[in-house]
Amino acid sequence: MVITRKVEFSASHVCRDPRLSDRENQRIYGLAANPHGHGHNYVVEVSLKGDPDPVTGMVLDLKELKAILEREIVEPYDHRFLNYEVPPFDRQVPTTENIALDIWRRLEPRLSDGRGKLHAVRVYETPDLYVDYFGEPACSA
Amino acid sequence: MFRVTRRYEFAASHRLHSGELSDEENRRLYGKCNNPYGHGHNYVVEVSVRGPLEGATGRAVDIAILDELVAREVVRPLDHHDLNREVAVFASVVPALVPTSENLGIEICRRLKRNWKQVFPGEWPKLEKIRIGETARNIFEVGADEIE
Repeated sequence: MVITRKVEFSASHVCRDPRLSDRENQRIYGLAANPHGHGHNYVVEVSLKGDPDPVTGMVLDLKELKAILEREIVEPYDHRFLNYEVPPFDRQVPTTENIALDIWRRLEPRLSDGRGKLHAVRVYETPDLYVDYFGEPACSA
Repeated sequence: MFRVTRRYEFAASHRLHSGELSDEENRRLYGKCNNPYGHGHNYVVEVSVRGPLEGATGRAVDIAILDELVAREVVRPLDHHDLNREVAVFASVVPALVPTSENLGIEICRRLKRNWKQVFPGEWPKLEKIRIGETARNIFEVGADEIE
């Protein structure tokens, strides 16, 4: 069984690689390369997979999951400028893919030993663009 | 490996009517959707693409290229058009397909698949699936591997 909980945070970012020229960044990232940055209301859906406990009927107490998501995602990310305030985005471009990967890395150690194991992280940058990450190797071999 | 999904919209009219059935059978089968003058929907299409992070850019797919492909193959040819009269597979092919969301989903997936290598020539990203809804209540999903 898969259970999903949703959290939101608002943050600003800029997508540009300091090693590239302004022109190259503009070509790759378009509007998102504006050096002053811009922001989004991000929506994150975290899914766990597991069987319900036979006594409680729950895969994981949602209060507990809520507390983990608050601590691991909302606290570090909400109302921050990702590039300046939230590592690893001081050295990694905060694309939606990299944000999903970072959220997976933050959550995985917290959600690996109970009945419900981390199954998927979905990050909406806008309602029209979202990324799913399932913990598979991020780059091709 | 990531799945990146992009959502698009277009508005189109259609009529569900099969040339292989009688008028009476069409009315019974398709109900309101068989109205001879047709009717329309605001279609929502989600295109899902699969791929690894491209190390240098931190992205799995260049969204600008995907947007351009979908605009050219899907949104521009379908938006504010009548599917039964203006879209070949539903109009001029014999026998013409009925423009149900199932058939429309397959047609959209086929258009993207057919032109994919032209805009994404490498091994990645791959077209994974498309989802289409003619209203928010009925969603149809078709995988790129399910079709020719």
